[in-house]
Amino acid sequence: MRLDQRLIAGMITPGTRVLDIGSGDGALIDHLFRTRGCDARGIEIDMGEVTRSVAHGLPVVHGDADHDLAHYPDGSFDYVVLQRTLQAVERPREVLRQMLRIGRYAIVSFPNFGHWELRLKLLTSGRMPNTAVWNTPWYATPNIHPCTIRDFLALCGEEGYRVHNWMAVDEDGERAPWRRSIRLANLFGEQALFLLGKTPGGEGRRRGPEISLSDAEKKR
Amino acid sequence: MWLWLKGSPEFMDQTDIPAPVEHDRAVFPDGLTLDCGTVLAPVEIAYRTYGTLAPERNNAILVCHALTGDQYLAETHPLTGRAGWWARMVGPGKPIDTNRFFVICSNVLGGCMGSTGPRSPRPSASDTQGEAGTDDVAEPWGTDFPPITIRDMVRGQHALVRHLGIERLFAVVGGSMGGMQVLEWAATYPEMVFAAMPIATAPFHSAQNIAFNEVSRQAIFADPDWHGGRYWEVGAIPARGLAVARMMAHITYLSEEALTRKFGRRVRRESTPPATPCTVAEPQSLSLFGEIFEVESYLRHQGSSFVHRFDANSYLTITRAMDWMDLGAEHDGDYAGPFAGTATRFCVISFSSDWLFPTSQSRVLVRALNRAAANVSFVEIGSDKGHDAFLLDEPDFDRTVRGFLSGAAEHAGLGHHAAEA
Repeated sequence: MRLDQRLIAGMITPGTRVLDIGSGDGALIDHLFRTRGCDARGIEIDMGEVTRSVAHGLPVVHGDADHDLAHYPDGSFDYVVLQRTLQAVERPREVLRQMLRIGRYAIVSFPNFGHWELRLKLLTSGRMPNTAVWNTPWYATPNIHPCTIRDFLALCGEEGYRVHNWMAVDEDGERAPWRRSIRLANLFGEQALFLLGKTPGGEGRRRGPEISLSDAEKKR
Repeated sequence: MWLWLKGSPEFMDQTDIPAPVEHDRAVFPDGLTLDCGTVLAPVEIAYRTYGTLAPERNNAILVCHALTGDQYLAETHPLTGRAGWWARMVGPGKPIDTNRFFVICSNVLGGCMGSTGPRSPRPSASDTQGEAGTDDVAEPWGTDFPPITIRDMVRGQHALVRHLGIERLFAVVGGSMGGMQVLEWAATYPEMVFAAMPIATAPFHSAQNIAFNEVSRQAIFADPDWHGGRYWEVGAIPARGLAVARMMAHITYLSEEALTRKFGRRVRRESTPPATPCTVAEPQSLSLFGEIFEVESYLRHQGSSFVHRFDANSYLTITRAMDWMDLGAEHDGDYAGPFAGTATRFCVISFSSDWLFPTSQSRVLVRALNRAAANVSFVEIGSDKGHDAFLLDEPDFDRTVRGFLSGAAEHAGLGHHAAEA
């Protein structure tokens, strides 16, 4: 299991219901079932991965974030997880809405397009940046909706989502030290990881674009 | 080269009624109340079991057979002498492992392999009125057999499972019409089904599939040996009609790729003489409408071998039961309705080249199960073998079946059987 998946698992309360969108080889849902007693299920777009997961006894359906979330009932999960996939879906905003309709919390990770290396490469070469994280040419990339950490926070503000927890993560999945400053995280974080919830008082309520940590998180 | 070539010259020959075979069965004198309102009594359910029931009675898997299958799942068939229809899937060490699980397979209600069906003797009026019996031999039900549904078949299986002292099935597994029974089990007796594996199936029978069934039925009706369904009175069977029905249906079980790969446009060698002298009413192979292409020969064999083991009235009864299948009918067309609140773990499997029960219909089922917040796995197996792929060698399919069952067994708290340790 990747290190950032351990960070995700650490955000999830044991014994809860979890839907992992883009479950890949099923490592996270397997881990959540075995070590945290979760009812963890997956959706995966790659049929080979689905077959491998089901053949390992994991509950995974073939499907994708854009087309299959609408069929799940409101509040049917505690957590809905989307790992490193938000930038590749057709309608990221709708996918986030669906995640927070289906689940009480959404856990979202994505590669940060605000990383200094990307900024520098675009500035100096004038070409689309090609790095270890963003490693496909522009005409072949599945990443049709890249965003930065600050872009994502702005969207959360527009949609009225509450950020319960966030962290910058490096490519190997280690938690990066940029905890106190979003601007530094946006410059030095290769990946970002967010735990979102709905704002108390209903959906669609517009809030400021910045983070509102829960009291529990502030105490940590 | 192919076994079926041998049988083909007998095609459409009038066939003797097969010698009766004694099948293991459970008898339910009180019978069953069917969906149509008729009380069918007595009811007999013929079945076979494989493996050992655990002392906790928690390791039973019910396998449901398809339209023309039967209870001889994993052993030599007593009539045809061929291997059981799912012998490659069920057995010691197989994906449905009889070292670990107790596997039950019963002939469906309406069938012709020992369970009560159109060929069963019809209780006479004097029996039901308690009057003195006559010397008449009991007549078969024939076309007067009451219409049955997939749920009626499941009611019969339910009676059998309880008769075997099993309170809860670990899993119910089946393909095609067997998959329809799996879904009816999960909808009708949810508390008795821990895991359900509907394969190459759908929660409803499509208009196209009803249409195919109708052509099959009309082929039987058009046979001069049909005799209004009372063919036994003249010692005949509507072999030609039944064979044509089977041939047509068999095409729907395959795919264009599979037919091309197996037969292409290959022409039979003219040197192949009729293997046995017989009275064949059909033109011979050298004539314009004889068996010219290999695919024709294959289909004719499929047709002629079928009539030896299947009853025409059963075929009519069972195809009609499939046509009635629509799990949404009692829920305003919502296929999530029958599964509301279900705790069953589902594994839905489709095959990419299956055009009889295409993946799109499995997806309708999966989305309905998602709406019901059910625990569901869903895999489309890549295969060019068409609908019949679930009966054939597909390693990914085997792995999926084995993996889903062992994962479900872990969740059910089933230990490995002592024999395996």
